[in-house]
Amino acid sequence: MTKPHLELTGVEMAFETPKGSFVALDNLNLKIRKGEFVSLIGHSGCGKSTVLNIVAGLLQATKGGCILDGHEINSPGPERAVVFQNHALMPWLTVYENVELAVQQVFRKTMARQERRDWIQHNLELVNMAHAANKRPGEISGGMAQRVGIARALAMKPSVLLMDEPFGALDALTRAQLQDSLMDIQQDLNNTVIMITHDVDEAVLLSDRIIMMTNGPAAAVGEDVHIDLQRPRNRVTLADDPVYVCYRQNVLRFLYEKQRKLESIAPRRVEKPAETSAGKSARLTAER
Amino acid sequence: MSTLTTPRAEAGIRGWLKALTDRLTGIELAQAGKQLLLPMVGILIFVGFWHLAAPQVNTSLGTFPGPAQVWEQSGQLWQEHANQRERADKFVTMQEERNAGILADNPDAKVKIRGYPGAPTFPDQVVTSLITVLAGFVLATVIAVPLGIVFGLNHYFQAAVNPLIQIFKPVSPLAWLPLVTMVVSATYVSDDPMFEKSFLTSMITVTLCSLWPTLINTSVGVAAVNPDLLNVSRVLRLSFWTHVRKVVLPSSIPMIFTGLRVSLGIAWMVLIAAEMLAQSPGLGKFVWDEFQNGSSESLSRIMVAVLAIGFIGFLLDRIMLMIQKKVAWNE
Repeated sequence: MTKPHLELTGVEMAFETPKGSFVALDNLNLKIRKGEFVSLIGHSGCGKSTVLNIVAGLLQATKGGCILDGHEINSPGPERAVVFQNHALMPWLTVYENVELAVQQVFRKTMARQERRDWIQHNLELVNMAHAANKRPGEISGGMAQRVGIARALAMKPSVLLMDEPFGALDALTRAQLQDSLMDIQQDLNNTVIMITHDVDEAVLLSDRIIMMTNGPAAAVGEDVHIDLQRPRNRVTLADDPVYVCYRQNVLRFLYEKQRKLESIAPRRVEKPAETSAGKSARLTAER
Repeated sequence: MSTLTTPRAEAGIRGWLKALTDRLTGIELAQAGKQLLLPMVGILIFVGFWHLAAPQVNTSLGTFPGPAQVWEQSGQLWQEHANQRERADKFVTMQEERNAGILADNPDAKVKIRGYPGAPTFPDQVVTSLITVLAGFVLATVIAVPLGIVFGLNHYFQAAVNPLIQIFKPVSPLAWLPLVTMVVSATYVSDDPMFEKSFLTSMITVTLCSLWPTLINTSVGVAAVNPDLLNVSRVLRLSFWTHVRKVVLPSSIPMIFTGLRVSLGIAWMVLIAAEMLAQSPGLGKFVWDEFQNGSSESLSRIMVAVLAIGFIGFLLDRIMLMIQKKVAWNE
């Protein structure tokens, strides 16, 4: 294995709360190769989003660090484009203008005007949204908006594409459709992708590798599974492929046996507020 | 009235109504009724009540004016305006003729051009008031929107300034006015002033009272930008100005406009009070002068002004609403 493309070493993330320090991540190590599609899976509150935000540069690890192509990450940047759960398109801009905002910012100096225009158009076509270029986000469905969010991220030509539960807010059919599109695009562009998900099927179907995280607080990498399934993958034929089923069971076992959430046993009142306040402070820090 | 309607006219109205009802479906009719008919009914009931109640109220200037007197006075005021215009035109032509005569005798002579010295009429006062309120409102906007953006972007700033805003917000224009008057007279000293002092006084008072809603709404709108959008801006590494221009400002436009509409309403209300007290030209002064005048027509004329003030305030709000619909993305 050559030098890793992206490397997280000894990452610790502690949030200051009124009740004292809350350690969300503790000594998390992760190496990702170029072109790898990696899923982060784990129970809610285990710090998946925190990992993603650290790679994105939206959060700063309190210990340890993150290196991309030999450079330490300490601020956000378009080479680590993020696809947000709720598309995060500017509601006052059209679909085209939303992608344009990103392209304008990233390629203002390196692309001519016509070139930029073609590039925006190309990315919209990639996600099958060219027909709605002049619509506002409020006028299209959630699935369509998420496609545009992906187009915007791809248009930045990121070296790592970060996706924070990109299909979590969509209905099952739309989600399947978008997963297929994402697989096609990934086949063509061979991007490095880190995707957070709750969905076991989604993780196994899309990923080259699944990182299963232990429950927080002080979460770390629990198991790291390589998914050796032939691409292109087809959800229907895979459904009763024994290898696929085995991987799937592997993840399920991790989530529901080894890392079963003890929420039902521990009194809820004690555990929940600590988590939510930590989540909130993460949001607040991210805002600044 | 019924004696006046000829059978032919009646048939015409019936035909028109029938054509109208034929064209409209039931739902449309109900909608039109709600939007047009009910307000009309409300206004009619009000006018009727006014007509009956007014003669019951006796003042030292006669009974309170009913709708008929007010209508008559509004015609009267317009007539006075027309007459004044005519005289003003005559004055100008006379002056020009005289000046031409002087110049013909002596091409080097300095001719004086004087403005028409007649008193401003009611429409003139309306125009003055509109100019003053718009000037004050524009000044308030120019101050409040950038300040609101700064406060909204910076928590520390906001916390430091918030008590000041809360204290100054409820101050009445009448309290500001003496201070503004004194400061304007002391600082605005010029031999050839571009603006009247009275104009500046009322304009600044309007600004001081009307900038708060815009300031507060802008800062709230700016502080409430969706955190995801802020993250997008950070990922794109937008510069501070681009961030404000492309993300913060458009995102808070709806809130800013809500503030602006409230501000304009307050500005118009404050202006009348300021003009009244400061004796600066405008509708407020018109009302005050009529009150001092104390003729039997005064109350009707004041009532005309009251209705005009209300109507103009309503129109201003409608215009703001129209602009908001053009500009804001959520409309």
